[in-house]
Amino acid sequence: MRKFDTKVQYLKYKVLREVARQAWAERLPVSAIDIPKTIVPGKTPTMRCCVYKERAILAERVKMAMGGDRSNPNVIQVIDIACDECPAAGYEVTDSCRGCLAHRCEDVCKRGAISFDHNHVAHIDKSKCVECGQCANVCPFTAIINRKRPCQNACKVKAISINEDNAAAIDDQKCISCGACVYQCPFGAITDKSFILNVIDMLKKSESNTKYKTYAIVAPSISSQFSYAKLGQVITALKKMGFHTVVEAALGADMVAKSESVELAEKGFLTSSCCPAFVDYVGKNFPDMLPLVSHNLSPMTTIAKYIKQRENDCKTVFIGPCTAKKAEVQKESVKPFVDAVITFEELQALFDSLDMDITQFEEDVLDNASYFGRIFARSGGLTDAVAQAIREQSLNFDLKPCTCDGIEACKIALLKKRKNVTDANFIEGMACIGGCINGAGCLTHGEKNKAEVDKYGREAYEKTILDAVSVLQ
Amino acid sequence: MKITVCIGSSCHIKGSRQVVEQLQFLIAENKLKDKVELSGTFCMGKCQQGVCVTVDDEFFSVSPETVKTFFESEVLNKL
Repeated sequence: MRKFDTKVQYLKYKVLREVARQAWAERLPVSAIDIPKTIVPGKTPTMRCCVYKERAILAERVKMAMGGDRSNPNVIQVIDIACDECPAAGYEVTDSCRGCLAHRCEDVCKRGAISFDHNHVAHIDKSKCVECGQCANVCPFTAIINRKRPCQNACKVKAISINEDNAAAIDDQKCISCGACVYQCPFGAITDKSFILNVIDMLKKSESNTKYKTYAIVAPSISSQFSYAKLGQVITALKKMGFHTVVEAALGADMVAKSESVELAEKGFLTSSCCPAFVDYVGKNFPDMLPLVSHNLSPMTTIAKYIKQRENDCKTVFIGPCTAKKAEVQKESVKPFVDAVITFEELQALFDSLDMDITQFEEDVLDNASYFGRIFARSGGLTDAVAQAIREQSLNFDLKPCTCDGIEACKIALLKKRKNVTDANFIEGMACIGGCINGAGCLTHGEKNKAEVDKYGREAYEKTILDAVSVLQ
Repeated sequence: MKITVCIGSSCHIKGSRQVVEQLQFLIAENKLKDKVELSGTFCMGKCQQGVCVTVDDEFFSVSPETVKTFFESEVLNKL
């Protein structure tokens, strides 16, 4: 049974699971100090130079699992002692250079940065090189490589630099909390703060939903997760853990598709507002274009608001693939409606902290949204839903969508719009390539995930957006 | 009078939308909009008995087929 893509995720999970176990048993914060030794017992190191460094790093991971540095609002943080100070020299010529005669690298370099020694082996003059990568592209021996840190490679908003101690550092003014670096760092040195303790506390104090009810709102990308069990078993597990009931965030997506299409038809141009990392990106890099971002709350917040408006004193917990959602709930416009956000990774740790074997559970049902609300989880789904909502409401609007996944694609679309060199009248902006199914908080990121989401969409009881939202009026 | 229909997953697939739609229609047809408030909730904890409906806290099990009789006996009769 493979629950995670990488061993870094597995390590993070073990910490989360142990923190959760201690929390259920009400032994925190006293027992927190013992957790590193529980995870790395004995004297033989398995990950780092010695068990003491391993435990020191684990102590930092425990802090992050317990909410991290509260004085820093960024939910993404570097564990500096875990950073392995990867090489970051940029383009370099390796031993594979055969000292050929063609010198394509020299010809293609517009800066004249390439020279040759007496063996015809190429060298790059770092003072002239602008890291364009052309030489690496043309070398027939792939002898030129780009030594870049995986975190910096992953960060498309260029928020990661190297500090004076040679460790990675995040510029919180630029970071959009997408979590790309969290998933990509091979040493697990960048991680997202966890709010599982808030969730455990909420569930305990509800006294089995008698003091107040706690609602789980799950993202549609759940359909591609927990693949070792049935979705219905995950729903049962959530209820056994103490949630009153489980509601699809996709129903919020149906609501958003309905109102966003109306807003689009009125204004003539919009970008989506579902992805919090995209919205943050626009705010930090294209502030003049913020008025073009849809004024709709995200699907998570829309459905949470609906629930909260109908029931006093209830609590809502969003469970999804996304680290940026943890940042979204800090916004004043969202805070009143969503009490905590956790990821699928963290949910797995919560299940296992209670030693639940969810594959043995009976199957419950999860069915609130339409096909269109559910496919929001993958790139292009939001656009399909807006197009459908335009049709269903007979709006007089000729949709010309530009579907962007990944920050680089979003950037190009926004630049084109700013210069008025685009036909598109709707930009679907998703920070993660492939959409939410590739979020940093997913347990697994696989090729089949898109197909899983579409399949789950087709299984929806409601076939149209208006039918799905009609019960809400 | 307040009628609450469960729109949680289990009741939803047993037809809570059809129940809501019929109730909306019946309320409008009988011109009871200012007397009867119709609302929804996610899960009443009695999923086996869905579609779950409460009338001022009294519980009823309704289906799209029985909603008309339910409306006549429990709503019209009691107003």
